[in-house]
Parts: sequence; C-alpha cells; structure tokens
Amino acid sequence: MSDHTVTSLAAALKNGDASSRELTSDYLKRIERAEPTLNSFISVTAEQALAGADAADKARAEGRGGYLTGVPLALKDNFCTQGVKTTCGSKMLDNFIAPYSATLVEKLDAAGSISLGKTNMDEFAMGSSSESSFYGAIKNPWDLSAVPGGSSGGSAAAVAAGLVPAAMGTDTGGSIRQPAAFCGITGLKPTYGRVSRYGIIAYASSLDQAGPMARTAEDCAHLMTAIAGHDARDSTSADRAVPDYAGELDAPLAGLKIGLPQEYFGDGLDPEVESAVRDAVKVFEALGATVRDVSLPHTRYATSAYYVIAPAEASSNLSRFDGVRFGHRCDTPDDLLDLYQRSRAEGFGDEVKRRILIGTHTLSEGFFDAYYTKAQRVRRLIRQDFLDAYNEVDVLMGPTSPTPAFNLGAQKDPLSMYLQDIYTIAVNLAGIPAISVPAGLSNGRPVGLQILGSHFAEAQLLNVAHRFQQATDWHQQRPAFAKEIV
Amino acid sequence: MQWETVIGLEVHVQLATRSKIFSGASTAFGADANTQACAVDLGMPGTLPVVNEQAVSMAVQFGLGVNAEIAKTSVFDRKNYFYADLPKGYQTSQMYHPIVGPGLLDVTLDDGAAKRIRIHHAHLEEDAGKSLHESLSDDSGREMTGVDLNRAGTPLLEIVSEPDMRSAKEATAYLRAIHAIVTYLGISDGNMAEGSMRCDVNVSVRPKGQDAFGTRAEIKNVNSFRFVERAVAFEVERQIELIEDGGTVVQETRLYDPDRDETRSMRTKEEANDYRYFPCPDLLPIVLDQAYIDTLRDGLPELPDAKRGRFESQLGLSAYDAGVLASSREMADYFEEVMHVCDDAKQAANWVQGELSAALKREHLEISASPVSARQLGELIGRVKDDTISGKAAKQVFQALWDGQGESADEIIEAKGLKQVTDSGAIEAMIDDVIAQSPKQVTQYVEAEPDKRGKMIGYFVGQVMKASRGTANPQQVNQLLKEKLDAQL
Amino acid sequence: MALEQTHVRRAAHLARLDVSDDQASDFVDDLSQILAMVDQLQSVDTEGVDPLYHPLDATQRLRADEVTEADQRERFQRCAPAVEDGLYLVPRVVE
Repeated sequence: MSDHTVTSLAAALKNGDASSRELTSDYLKRIERAEPTLNSFISVTAEQALAGADAADKARAEGRGGYLTGVPLALKDNFCTQGVKTTCGSKMLDNFIAPYSATLVEKLDAAGSISLGKTNMDEFAMGSSSESSFYGAIKNPWDLSAVPGGSSGGSAAAVAAGLVPAAMGTDTGGSIRQPAAFCGITGLKPTYGRVSRYGIIAYASSLDQAGPMARTAEDCAHLMTAIAGHDARDSTSADRAVPDYAGELDAPLAGLKIGLPQEYFGDGLDPEVESAVRDAVKVFEALGATVRDVSLPHTRYATSAYYVIAPAEASSNLSRFDGVRFGHRCDTPDDLLDLYQRSRAEGFGDEVKRRILIGTHTLSEGFFDAYYTKAQRVRRLIRQDFLDAYNEVDVLMGPTSPTPAFNLGAQKDPLSMYLQDIYTIAVNLAGIPAISVPAGLSNGRPVGLQILGSHFAEAQLLNVAHRFQQATDWHQQRPAFAKEIV
Repeated sequence: MQWETVIGLEVHVQLATRSKIFSGASTAFGADANTQACAVDLGMPGTLPVVNEQAVSMAVQFGLGVNAEIAKTSVFDRKNYFYADLPKGYQTSQMYHPIVGPGLLDVTLDDGAAKRIRIHHAHLEEDAGKSLHESLSDDSGREMTGVDLNRAGTPLLEIVSEPDMRSAKEATAYLRAIHAIVTYLGISDGNMAEGSMRCDVNVSVRPKGQDAFGTRAEIKNVNSFRFVERAVAFEVERQIELIEDGGTVVQETRLYDPDRDETRSMRTKEEANDYRYFPCPDLLPIVLDQAYIDTLRDGLPELPDAKRGRFESQLGLSAYDAGVLASSREMADYFEEVMHVCDDAKQAANWVQGELSAALKREHLEISASPVSARQLGELIGRVKDDTISGKAAKQVFQALWDGQGESADEIIEAKGLKQVTDSGAIEAMIDDVIAQSPKQVTQYVEAEPDKRGKMIGYFVGQVMKASRGTANPQQVNQLLKEKLDAQL
Repeated sequence: MALEQTHVRRAAHLARLDVSDDQASDFVDDLSQILAMVDQLQSVDTEGVDPLYHPLDATQRLRADEVTEADQRERFQRCAPAVEDGLYLVPRVVE
C-alpha cells in the first residue's frame, strides 16, 4: 500500500483492479496500526469513509466515476467538514462539529474522493513543527525522534507513512512546503486566491492558501484540478480559468530559465541541504534548463513583515472564538468579560496566545503605522523582488527549509522556531505559488527542493517538478516505518 | 454669558436590501430569533463575506442625492471590539476610505429659513445583533441575557455631518431632510420605531463668538425626531449649567432616556477603547467606474429640492408650502394624490397643511399612518369645489372620515344629510320665514346707515344657516337675503 | 520600541485573554524578542511605497441582492454552549 500514488490508485479503480472499499479498508487498517505511534490524525471517520467508498464503487460500476472517484485521502483539521469534528488542533474547538463544509471539501466530495479523517496540526495552523497541537505532537515517520514540520504536519506524516496516498494542507508561511520537505513528499502551495478559502478556519486571511500534499507532482496536478477554481463565496478567490494541470506535466524543460536567489543560499543553510539542492539544479541543467543567480534583496525582511501581518490578522480572525456561539466556554462565568477572558485563556494554547498578543499590540493605537502599515509597505517591496526576478527567469529554486527535520523539542524559544521559515514566508507575502519536492536525504532525513513560480504558474511548477521526478527517485524513497506497517 | 450650541449628527440608516450586506440571509424585520442569522452572520469559523451589490448602489445613490463625491475606490476596515451582539469580535465598516465623500444638504427650518449643512462622509457597515434582557436564566438559575443575531449583518449607511447645526431645531430639520432623501430614493423605509434610522448626536456649547469648539458629549441611539430635539435641549442646558457652575464638560457617551426626558452618562464598564482598525483582509477594494456612477445618477428619482422647485413654479404654491409639502416623500406623495383627485393644487395644499396636519400632530401620527387617505381627502375637496357641501360641512366630513365613520366623503355627506341646498326656491322660503320672525331686526336694518347694513346682514345669514342646519349655500343665502331686505327699504 | 508589561496587559485585555502575572512576564520576554526582530523593518526605506494589503491587485466582486440562505438555526445552535428559545445565552449584560 505504501507505494501507491493517487495516480496508480485511480488507474486501479478505473480498470477494476481494486474497489474503493478495499482500498479504504486497507488504509483504515494502516491508520489504526500506525496512529498510536505517529499521532497524525485527530479524527478518523471510518464509517463515513466506508459508506463513501461503497457509493464510489457504485458510481464507477454505473459509469459515473471521475478521475478521483473512490480515491482515499485526508483533510487537515482546519477544513470545516459538515457533521465531523473540526478542531484546528485546539481545545477551543474540541467540541466543534462543523455545521457546514468548506468549498474545498465540497469540491472533493463532488470529485468522488473519500476522506478518511482529519489530520493533526499546529494549533490554528500556527507553527513549524506540529508540536503545538492540543492533541499532542506528531512524529516524523522517517525518524520518530524528529518533528514532521508544521503546521500541516499530520497531513505530511500520514502521506509519508502511507496512511493515505494524499492529504490536503494549508500554507500561510510554509505550512504545506516545510512539512512536505521534512517528510519527503511533494507539497504545492498555490497562488493566493487559486483555491477557495471558504470554510477553512482562518489564520491570516491575506496569506492563507490550501493545497495538495502527495507523493508526486503528478498526484498534485490531479488534486489541483479538483480543488482549484473560482468560488463566489470567497471575495479573494481568483476568477480565472483553471488550466489542465495534468495535461501539461510532460512539457519539455529545454530552454527553461532557472534563477537561484543568492539570499536563499546564505548563512544558516545546512551544507548537506545546500549540496542536495545544488545537485537537483544540475539535474535540471541536464534536462536542458539554464541556470543563473538572481537577487531578492528584501528576503531578509520577510520574516519580520510576516510576524507583523500574520499575527495582526490572526488576532482579529480569532476574536470570534468567544464562548458564545460555538467552541469552548468556561464554567459559570461571573459576567460577560469573565466569559470571554476565561473561555479564551482556557481554549487557546500558548503559541496562539502569543500571536494574538503580538497582533493586538501591533494594531493598537500608537503602534499601528510603525508596525502594520510599515510591514505592508515592505511586503510590496518583497513582491516586487519576485516580479523583477520573473522578468529574467521562469522559476526560482532553492531549499524549502534551512535544515532537515529537527528533533522534537529542539526549538526552545518562539523566535528560533520562526526562523525555520525564512525560505517559505516571502512566497505567501507575495502571493506566488511554490512547490516542495524531495531532493535528497541528510542523515536519513529528507531534504526538500523548493521551486517558486510567478502568479498562477502552478501548471508550470507541476511540469517542472514532474520532469524532475521522472529523472530522479527521491520521491520514491520510503521511510522504514511505512514499510513496517502491514 | 451668551452661549452657542454646536451639533453634529451621525445618522445610521438601515438600507432596504433584501439580503444582508455580506451574506444571503434575509433582512426582513420581526422573524423568530436567530432564524435569519446564517453561517456568515454568526461568524462561523471559516466563513467569508461577499459584498451585496445593492448596498453599494444605495450608498452611491445617497451620495449623488447630497451632491457628494463618490469614491472610485473604497475599502472595508475591521473595527475590533468584543460585545455580546457582535459575532465576529469586529464590525466590518469603512474607516479610512468611505464610499461617499463630502456632500451638502440644504434644509428648511420651521420658519421657512434655509440652512446649508455639510456632510463629512457616509460609509457602509454591518449592523450588530440585539441583546434581550427578558427573563432568561442558565442551568444554575442565574439571570442571563439572550442574543438574537437576526439583525447582524444588515447593511447600514452611516451618514456623518459636519458640526454645522446650532440648535435642536436645526438638528431635527437636518434629520428630517436625511429622512426625506433616503425615503425619496427608496433606499430605506426610514422607520425610526423599528430602528431603520438611528442617530448619534454630538453636542457641545461655546461662548458666542468663540471659534474653538467646546468639549462634546455623544448621545447614542436616539430614535425619533422628537427625542433628538428633547435630548439636545436637555443636554445643552446641562452643559451650560455645568460650566456656569464652574465645572467642565467631559467627553463621554450619554444615553437619552425618553421616560425621564434626560440624558445620562453611560458609565461604561470599560475605559477608552482601542478599536484597532485595519483593512479587512477578507474583502477587496470596491472600485467603481464613472459609467456606473452616471447610470445611477440618471436613474435618480425627483428629490426634495427639485420637487419643492416644481411645486413652486408649476403649481404656484408659496415657497413655504412647497417646502413643507416636499419635506418627506410620504407627504409629497400624499399631497400629489390629493391634488390629482381634486384637480386643485392650492386647495389640496391648504387641506394637507391645515386640517390634516393639525389632526396628525394632535395624535402624534406620521402621514403614512393617516386614517384619512389621500383619495378620500381629494374627493372631499372635490365636493366643496362642486358646491355639494359647504366649507364648514367639509370639516365635519373630514372629522367623520378621520373617525372612520364612512368609506368616502359621499357616503358621509349622504348619511349626515350635509348636502348643500342650492335650490333658490327652498332658500327663499327659509329667508322669508326668518324675515317674518325678525321684525325688530328688519326695522333696524332699514333704519341703519347704508354702510352699516352690510354688517347687519350677518345676523340674518346666521339664522338662515341655522334653519338649514348648515346645508344652505352661504353665497346664495347672502345674495338672496340682500335682495329681499333691500326690497323692504 | 521596548515592550513593557503594561503593553502586554493592555493587549491581553483588548484581546480578552486572562493572563496571570507569571504568564505576563513570560510573554513580555517572548514578545520582546519577536518585536526586536520585527524592528528590522524600520531600516527599510519605504518612502513612496504603498502598503500591499492583498497579494493580488484584485478588486471586490459584488453579489446580487438575493436571499439565498434558509433558516438553519437548529443546525447552527447544535454547537452552541448555551441557548434558550433560540437565543444565545450570555451572562446578564447591564446596559
């Protein structure tokens, strides 16, 4: 099972070599065996999944199946799923059965895929290690003493361990790409607005974007076809046609112009990560691409700008969790103020509180211009760096993360954790798409190559990543843990 | 010392859209609690707002109606604070780039004088829900407040004036003018009792001749024209007394209590708030092009100013009459219907402003609630014009219509036998009787100086009218009496 | 811009977070570090640069004024901590 991809399962279902019920039950068994160790799921929805699988098999038998009909996958636990507990990894929503489904969930349902459950994550998607979940830390299947990355760590670990062939994640500052890199899988953060945000519990509205996490770029292409597109319920959703992602996978790379941002190869970059990335670039040269250095001069300010903008938006987005209409409510509040203060203090974990406090402080009177407005000005400069670079080259490449997966508990203070995202954050600020693909191993831990494209260039990124995966086998490497689950 | 009052108004107008400003839930008034609060209105995790096109259009129409600049780009901001009836922990509003920029409004005061009030801006925002303090308790029996979010997300246009008003009368006149514009435009039902129009009044006083403004108090949520006038009157007196006694006015929010007819400080549990406004990241800038604005401008209905002008120039009404009749859409519509039915602008104006307005005022009714319909009144006037009844009888008929004693003027005239007698034979018979029974008065008449006789005839007229129970045509009575008395000379 | 305990207290109050004294001093340390990093922004020359609030230069799409949502009170209130007669209950608010 652990060798299957979305593409191979779709083919098996189509050819009648397997039924969705068989696949679904097999994966559910794997989940059951692996979970006590990994902790990559918050909820497993076996019953709904099996019912969905039967319906999918019936649809296929009646000739009504689409590409994804009957393919099992998982959803990060910040996608609202009607009738299913949706917690965002927080005690605040431990009792929240979502009364409606996110657009992405509806689209996947319409495409016929089967959700096996909701994956564990950093609380409210705030984190880079998946250690801040109310439901406990997640382990990296490559090395159980390592983190899987975050915040979509459950989705990444589950795919890497072969508990599902693919999972949905969200990415606000690297939360799809960094765990994909740490777990040796492929993860795409689409252009801001390409995938609807409706029904995704917001962290930072102007940065959040959902995307696929799977073993191959080809899988990601098929999943993108299902989830991308305009949504009338999301004002920030892009109203433009969705290209045929799978159809463009095989385009030759001859003449592709690759830029290497110097700023992505500086101090703090692990030498083994650097050499893996430079080796990967050589593969592209062999495929006919040309490579040159470029500069993104404002890169060093990206983390600073991000830690103003994201917490500011979050502080406001998370105000709705007040113990009145849903979510955690403290016992016997004295008055309204007490209800708010205790419900929120009890419901949110420390990292969430930290970001609410930073955001509240930087938006408050006397600080707003110096922090918030300033950060948004710098954000324009950061985006301009990319726009300028894309005048010269087609795609940019660099490491996804400065190091391979670090050990559980290794990042002691918030700031050192934040600095893990230095190569991924600017992408969200600029709204461009980027993909992380497996490109090597360092002491048994995967290394990710990040490929960055211009706005709405997902098809190109998937094409570039797919050609790389045709020429390499890093994406086919499996952790021993995955092989041991029978 | 001579004091000058300075007043600025923030008027919240509920826009008459079918659905909410950011969701597809209904805005209808009076539904069961929380049955019109959808996932977006409830601030359910993951939900997102999408702007209602009609709310934008209505805001622009208002802007055009007060000759304001329309912002080609406007932006929604979040105003962050916690309150029981505010589901998301922020109100989506427009702080920095409102849709309607500076405008002007000319208002007519009771004495007919005109006053120009500047509008600072008007912006779109969402309404909050309602807290209900009825007898609710939790499991352990403690008193609770209930929250109904049906109103949450109803579109509001907040219209902010400059501090240009100098009296309670001016403030009320301005509020009436705003009411007239929004109802003329049909962008709000203007129903103050249901909260469709609410008003925050900023009041300060300063010594006459001083340029600097005094410290202002903000009186929140005043919901009738009368209350605005009373609240301002009370507040002005309070501030002047306070200063003259050596105190200082503090900047604060106050509440007008109509039962006690006073304003009192809303000693908030909370120190000064910090709303942390920032652009709403879930919404994009609203960009309007000139063609869109021009189309809306071309579609504007006749507004109070234009209507006033037409009443004057085409119908020949006085400036005062025209101003009053055009002051509200209901009044103007009523007047115009009366006029069309009776085909007499002057009589229609006299009746609407005279008998009808007095009756409405007496019973504190708005014209929309008048028991006498425009058609009924028009027909009544028609009966005076065609001499079916006398002017005096008409007042009786009006009162009967007001009291609901009949469906139409004709029905009441018939039932009460008020039809005017115009048959000269019948009138002559009555006159002959009166003359026969009043020999003394006839003698006095005959012996009087000729220029005094005109006055003396009044007695006979009165007697004849009395004899006819008011139904004799007074002009005819007058003329025939004169002829018959003069024949005795 | 140095961060004081009063700033954290004020933010905690505005954000309606109950924070103990111990927690507050921890937050002062954490937030001070983060804000020290954020302060690097002050060295960027942003003269004449407009803030970028959305990564794409898109404009708001407007929705037709139609009622599309039916009453789902029962479903929505199933996840509510305290309701009575269709109303959400909160501790008595004194106006």
